[in-house]
Amino acid sequence: MNLSVQIGRLVMQNPVTVASGTFGYGVEYAQLLDLNQLGAVTVKGIRLNPVRGNPTPRTAEVTSGMLNAIGLQGPGVDGFIQKYWPFLKSLPVPTIINIWGTTVEEYAEVARRFHALGGVGALELNVSCPNIKEGGAQFGTDCKLLAQVVSACRKATTLPIITKLSPNVVSIAPYAKAAEDAGSDALAVTNSYPAMAIDIETRRPKLANVSGGLTGPCIKPIAIKLVWEAFKAVKIPIIGMGGIQTAADAIEFLMAGATAVAVGTANFYEPQTALQVIAGLREFMQRKGLNEVREITGSFQPGK
Amino acid sequence: MLERTVQIVSNERSTDAYYRLVVRAPEIAPLIQPGQFAHVRIAPLKDALLRRPFSIFQVQGDTFSILYKTVGKGTEALSRMRPGDELSVIAPLGHGFTVPQPGAETPLLVAGGYGMAAMYLLAQRSPQKGIVFVGGRRRVDILCEAEFQSLGWQVRATTEDGSHGEKGLVTQPLLEEIRNPQSAIRHPKLFACGPTPMLKAVGQIAEEYKVPAELSMDEHMCCGVGVCLTCVIPIKSGDDWEYQRTCSEGPVFDAKDVAWEGVK
Ligand SMILES: Cc1cc2nc3c(=O)[nH]c(=O)nc-3n(C[C@H](O)[C@H](O)[C@H](O)COP(=O)(O)OP(=O)(O)OC[C@H]3O[C@@H](n4cnc5c(N)ncnc54)[C@H](O)[C@@H]3O)c2cc1C
Ligand SMILES: Cc1cc2nc3c(=O)[nH]c(=O)nc-3n(C[C@H](O)[C@H](O)[C@H](O)COP(=O)(O)O)c2cc1C
Ligand code: FES
Repeated sequence: MNLSVQIGRLVMQNPVTVASGTFGYGVEYAQLLDLNQLGAVTVKGIRLNPVRGNPTPRTAEVTSGMLNAIGLQGPGVDGFIQKYWPFLKSLPVPTIINIWGTTVEEYAEVARRFHALGGVGALELNVSCPNIKEGGAQFGTDCKLLAQVVSACRKATTLPIITKLSPNVVSIAPYAKAAEDAGSDALAVTNSYPAMAIDIETRRPKLANVSGGLTGPCIKPIAIKLVWEAFKAVKIPIIGMGGIQTAADAIEFLMAGATAVAVGTANFYEPQTALQVIAGLREFMQRKGLNEVREITGSFQPGK
Repeated sequence: MLERTVQIVSNERSTDAYYRLVVRAPEIAPLIQPGQFAHVRIAPLKDALLRRPFSIFQVQGDTFSILYKTVGKGTEALSRMRPGDELSVIAPLGHGFTVPQPGAETPLLVAGGYGMAAMYLLAQRSPQKGIVFVGGRRRVDILCEAEFQSLGWQVRATTEDGSHGEKGLVTQPLLEEIRNPQSAIRHPKLFACGPTPMLKAVGQIAEEYKVPAELSMDEHMCCGVGVCLTCVIPIKSGDDWEYQRTCSEGPVFDAKDVAWEGVK
């Protein structure tokens, strides 16, 4: 049985990674699970300089999901390389580094820095964070800017580039196409949905940032549809994510057109989720007599 | 840090809204240090997904316990669970209190409400016995006085409505003790756990009277292990401050490191 998949030049031993921002820098979970079982480790978003992040409260539980407005707190490129890279580099599984910036030049500079570092599995361009004033979603909701970011990074590195799209658009197809045309090797679909919640006792927002991003099982059906629409629009592989808790959820993403999947919010309450998904996927393939996990991608049959 | 499915040994109401939950966790129990916490998944909560953090109260053989107050859907659901039911816990987590060295400082513990839970192991494992200052709104909020007394500790209780102990805030008898020139305690050190305003007041007392203090901070958590950056508090760094994680660098911080101007 072959579970391996390819995202550009990046080979993953199985199609399951973790979603940026829900798995720290890998090392935090090393005591609880065997990271080497994963298809890849995807780290929290990094920009050039350190970022302090938003005031608290930064997350709130909502029905079947959660809101977050972390504000992309992080150590910056140098801090990451010093503090976290030695560990990640030592792992046999590849690392996908999620990057962002407030200008096109900054994205390209960060891409250049990680290219120069050597040993990075792929870069994931976060053009879809709803929780910061500059950068993030502004690039992901304007096709022209999106193309500029992707092509600037394309010029800066030969590493596989995964463009992480925003769900907050009328139709995802032109964005998917724009990223593909600008040289992206793959897409990640989807980031969190802009959302908010109010504490009715105090009339205050549940997040200090007032609004944040909705994630978890409650967004899965919306994310499935976005993956399907992106799949119809492009030829490059898609990493599907949004509310995956079980192998069945992951298989749904694969059938809708994803080549790989990422487990996000579920890590917070069940750190074993990604490993359970891999085991369940194997079982499904056995039961269906499938030899290649690739056969599942896009196998959904919308007609009659 | 281990993730284990553990069985409930007992789950009984202690007073009013406070319950004691004992679980059998043979691999986790021996690892626990005073001030650490457990991150508990409450399975009957179907659409409320996140784990809940609770200080580890007592450790006995292959069991540990928590002392919790029912305040919302998670703790309500927990209070309805029965012996034999299973829970998933990740524990022990965080950096706890520094247990005093023999012959070194004498601990003065300051606890508000369920903050008392974080204090028991410290009281039990400290070579010097000191005073526990415990405060609450009403009599029912004063927890396990007798248990601290049977460890040989002096307990000074305060309630805001005067229904038990002295009337007022927990910091009043603490201040009297620190200011008392006749006090037998030469080298006091404060250890506190409770609501944030209480911790801030203890931090101010520590600064004013130049007494060392460790505070266990209560912040909302999500992952509990350091990946999500939900639980951060401002910690001094040079002339500025930076956010550090209550679940990982904390929950116990040195009072002089907390940048209170940034605490909400
Ligand atoms: C390090 C630490 C140790 C703690 N130790 C204890 C203890 O020993 N005994 C005890 O009774 N309680 C303790 N708490 C508080 C306890 O975690 C909350 O009371 C509990 O999470 C409330 O859950 P709920 O579903 O009943 O409330 P809800 O209000 O329904 O919960 C909604 C969300 O808010 C969070 N939340 C609500 N109140 C708090 C709070 N005060 N602190 C952190 N998160 C909160 C919940 O975890 C959940 O994510 C501790 C908290 C921390 C951070
Ligand atoms: C707390 C938190 C932090 C996140 N941080 C990032 C980030 O730094 N960069 C990014 O591209 N996506 C980030 N995301 C989005 C996730 O990677 C993922 O796209 C989203 O959560 C949907 O998947 P899920 O429903 O399985 O969580 C974050 C999500 C959460 C919940
Ligand atoms: S609760 Fe996730 S980092 Fe502390």
